[in-house]
Amino acid sequence: MAEPVLMLALSPTMEEGTITRWHKKEGDAIAQGDLICEVETDKAAMEYESVNQGTLLAILVPAGGRAAVGAPIAVVGKPGEDVGAFRARAQEPAAAPAASAAPAPTGPKGATPAVRAGAVSPPSSGLRRIKASPLARRLARERRLDLGRIAGSGPGGRVVKQDLTAARTLPSGGVKPGLLPGAVAPKGATAPPAQDQRIPLSGKRKVIAQRLAESKFSAPHYYLKIDVDAGRFLEARERLNARLGEEARISVNALLLKIAAEALKRHPIVNSGWRGDHILAYARADIGLAVAQEDGLITPVVRDCGAKGVLAIERELGELIARARVNRLKPEEYTGATFTITNLGSYGILEFTAIINPPGSAILAVGRIRRVPVAEEGDRLAVRPQMILTLSCDHRVVDGAVGAAFLKDLKALIEDPVDALYTLNL
Amino acid sequence: MASFDYDLVVLGAGPGGYVAAIRAAQLGLKAAVVEKDRPGGVCLNIGCIPSKALIHDAELVRSAAELGELGAKVDLSSLDYAKAYARSRKAADTLSKGVVYLLKKNKIELVVGEGTIRSPHEIAVKGGRTLTGKNLLIATGSRPRAIPGFEFDEKTILSSNGALLLQKLPRRVGILGGGAIGVEFAHVMNAFGVEVHLVEMLEQLLPLEDAEAVEVLARSFKKRGIALYTGTKASGYTRSGSALKLALEGKEGGKELEVDQILVVVGRAPNTEGIGLESIGLEAERGFIPVGDYGQTAVAGVYAIGDVVATPMLAHVASKEGEIAAEHMAGRKPRPRLDLNAIPGAVYCEPQLASFGYTEKKAREAGLAFEKGVMPYRAAGKSVAVGKTEGLVKILVDKETREILGAHVVGAEATELVHELLLAKSAELLPEDVATMIHAHPTLSEAVMEAARLVEGWAIAI
Repeated sequence: MAEPVLMLALSPTMEEGTITRWHKKEGDAIAQGDLICEVETDKAAMEYESVNQGTLLAILVPAGGRAAVGAPIAVVGKPGEDVGAFRARAQEPAAAPAASAAPAPTGPKGATPAVRAGAVSPPSSGLRRIKASPLARRLARERRLDLGRIAGSGPGGRVVKQDLTAARTLPSGGVKPGLLPGAVAPKGATAPPAQDQRIPLSGKRKVIAQRLAESKFSAPHYYLKIDVDAGRFLEARERLNARLGEEARISVNALLLKIAAEALKRHPIVNSGWRGDHILAYARADIGLAVAQEDGLITPVVRDCGAKGVLAIERELGELIARARVNRLKPEEYTGATFTITNLGSYGILEFTAIINPPGSAILAVGRIRRVPVAEEGDRLAVRPQMILTLSCDHRVVDGAVGAAFLKDLKALIEDPVDALYTLNL
Repeated sequence: MASFDYDLVVLGAGPGGYVAAIRAAQLGLKAAVVEKDRPGGVCLNIGCIPSKALIHDAELVRSAAELGELGAKVDLSSLDYAKAYARSRKAADTLSKGVVYLLKKNKIELVVGEGTIRSPHEIAVKGGRTLTGKNLLIATGSRPRAIPGFEFDEKTILSSNGALLLQKLPRRVGILGGGAIGVEFAHVMNAFGVEVHLVEMLEQLLPLEDAEAVEVLARSFKKRGIALYTGTKASGYTRSGSALKLALEGKEGGKELEVDQILVVVGRAPNTEGIGLESIGLEAERGFIPVGDYGQTAVAGVYAIGDVVATPMLAHVASKEGEIAAEHMAGRKPRPRLDLNAIPGAVYCEPQLASFGYTEKKAREAGLAFEKGVMPYRAAGKSVAVGKTEGLVKILVDKETREILGAHVVGAEATELVHELLLAKSAELLPEDVATMIHAHPTLSEAVMEAARLVEGWAIAI
C-alpha cells in the first residue's frame, strides 16, 4: 500500500524544512537508507535518508518547497498505485501548500499513515537522536536554539545547560560579515527584479540576521586600525611555496591564521569570551575564517592553530572552505571560534570593520595589500606593500590598551615573520 | 627526560588522597601515598565515620524511649558510653584497614611517615627515603580550628578530635560553634544524657543552611532540652573547682554557664604549613592553595585537592577532586571543577538535614527570580505511620527556566531523600520530571514528589 514520506524533525526545535534538492525522481526505486533529498533547516543542509522502501510514486513537495515537520513530502509504494488522494491532501491548504498545520496525516484515511507518523522520531536513518537534558530542551525551546547543532558536553555527549550558555552568544551558524577571496558572488548581485519583490527569508538568512544583530547589540564594539608593511610576509610566503613546490600552496589566510595564533598566545585575553558572569579564557586558539556562500556566509574553524604547522592549517582550511562553499560543514566545524579573521582584500577593499563572531571577543578584518609610497628613515621615499588591519574588540573582555598591544605584536610578527618562525612550528 | 620512581606521589591518605591514588592506578599510573598517621584521614579515623557510629547509637537510645510507648520497660541504667566509644573505634579501624587493602589491591605503595615536599618532583619522608614522582598531589587535609582564649588541651577544652576519643561523657558541656559538627555532637551528647549548651555566634544554627529548614531542627532541639544560644559569643572561661564557668555575650547582655567541658568546633584550618610549599615556590592564600579547574597548582605537575583548596571541606568533595586530578594527570579530560550548587551537605542529627544549592536567602541575594515548594513530611502517610512527622522538603526553582536551584530536606532519612532531587539537579531534570514519576507508597520519598508537584502548582496531598 502506498504510504507518505514525511518531513522528519532534524532537531527538536525544527518546525519546518525546505527541500533544496531531490536525489530521486518519480518512478525511482528506493531502499531504506537511500539518500532521497536534501533538506535545509534554519542553517545547515541535511541529507534525508529514506526510512521507506518501494517506488517513489509521487513528489508532493518539489525542490524549493517547504514542509512542516510531519507533513508528507512524497509517496512511496508499488508501481501503479493511485496517489491521487495524497496529492489532493497535499494541496488542500492552498495558501500554504506544504506547511499544513495538521501535523501528520492521521486518522480518517486509515491506520497506515498514522503508523508512519510515529516514525517521525527517526529510527536508524541518517538522522541522529539528539541527546539533551530536560532543562537544556526547555531552554533551547525558549531561546529558539537548535539543539542539533550544539555539541554536548554532558555524559555521552548530552547537551546540558552549560552548552547552551555558550551557544547563546554563539551564532549557530558562525556567521560573519566577511567574504573570502575568490568567493562566489552573493545572490543579491544578480539582475534587479522588474518590480519590488518580497524575498522570503531562508533559514540561514534568519540566523545571520539574528546572530549578527545579537553580537553587535550586546557586545560593545570598538575598533583599532593599524598599517602593516607586508613585504617580508609576502617574501616568507614565496619562500615557503617555493620549497613546497607542487605539494601545496600556502595561502595568505593560512599564514595569517598561524601568525594570529602566535600573537594570541602572547595576549591570551584576546582569545577569551564573555560569559555573562565570567570571562572564559580559551586554552586553544580555534580560529574561524569567514567564507562567502552563494546564499550567505559561514565561518569554518581551524582548531588549535597554535599547535599546528602552517602546512597543516593550509590543508585543513582548504578542505573546510571547499565544503563550506557547498554547504556541507558539520555544526562542529563552523561553531566555537575563539578568534575570527575576515579578509575582503580580493574585492579591493582597503579597510573595513567587522562584527565580532561570538563566543570570541575579537575579529580581525584584513584589507587588500597595495603598494604605497612611504617615508623611510631619513625621509627617503620608498614604495612598500602595505596592508591595513582592523581589529574589532568586545570591550567587556578586551580593553583598548590590551587590544592595541595585541595588534602591535601582530603587526611585528607580520612585518618580521622570521622572528615568529622561531616559535612557529612551520 | 628525567625518570621518576612513580607517576604520582600523593601526600596524605585521606578520602581525597587515597581515592586519587586508586583512580590514578586504574588509569595505569604507578602511584605511592605518604601518610604520617593512619590511612583514611580525618574522615575515617576522627571524623565522619566514628561520629556516625556514635550518632547511630544515640538513635538507638532515643528509640528505646519509643518502646516505652508500647508499654515495654527499657532499663537504660547500665548504658555505658565507653561501649559506644569502642564500637565507633572498631568501625574506624575496620575502614582504615579497608583503605590499606584497597591501596594494596591497586598496587599502590603506602609509605608511613611525615612527608615534606622538596621539589616539584620529590617528597622526602622524615627519617626515611625520598620518593620521586612525575606528579605530586597535595592532599594533607585540615585540622580543627582553635579560637583565642580556648586553646585545646583535649581535657577540658576539646576539639572534635578529643571529643570523638572521649570514653566518658561530661555531665554538662558547652559546645562553641553551631555548624554541622557542633550540631551533631549536641545531638549525640543529648541522647546520652549530657546537659548540652550549644553556642553559635551568628543568628542561626547551621548558618549556611536554609532558615526554614534549620527552624525545624532548632525547634526539635529545644524540645529535647538542648539549650541554644544564637547570636552569642563565648568571651572566655574560668575554672571553678572541677567545673568551668563559660562567659557568653549575647544580644541581651552577658551570661555565665557552668559546664564540665567545652567543645570548640568553629571550623577547620587547612594543613598547608610545614609541608614544604615554600620549597617549590607555592604560596597559600588565606591558608588555601590556589588551583585550576583540575586541581593544578601554579607549579607544573603539582596538584592539590580536598581541604587544602578553597572548595567546601567535605570528604565527598575531596574524593571527587582527587578523581578529577588523577584523570587530568593521566591525560584524560575529566569534567572540570565541581558544580558547587550540586554538592550535597548532610547533617546527621535528629532530625537530619541535607541540602544542596541555593538557600532562599542566597537566591534572594543573587537577585534570582525563584519559586519555592515547601512540603511538610506530614503530607506523606508514611511519616505519620512511623511517627516521623517532624520535617519538610523544600525545593527552590528558577521562575522562568524551571531549573532546580536548590533543595533542603529536614527530617527522618533526609540525608538519603535529598539524593533524588540531587540527581534531578545533576541530570538537569525539571521539577515536573520528579512530580510525574511514580513513587512507591507509602514512603517518605512521596514528600519529595509532593514538593515537586507543589512547585509545579498541583500538589495533591496538601
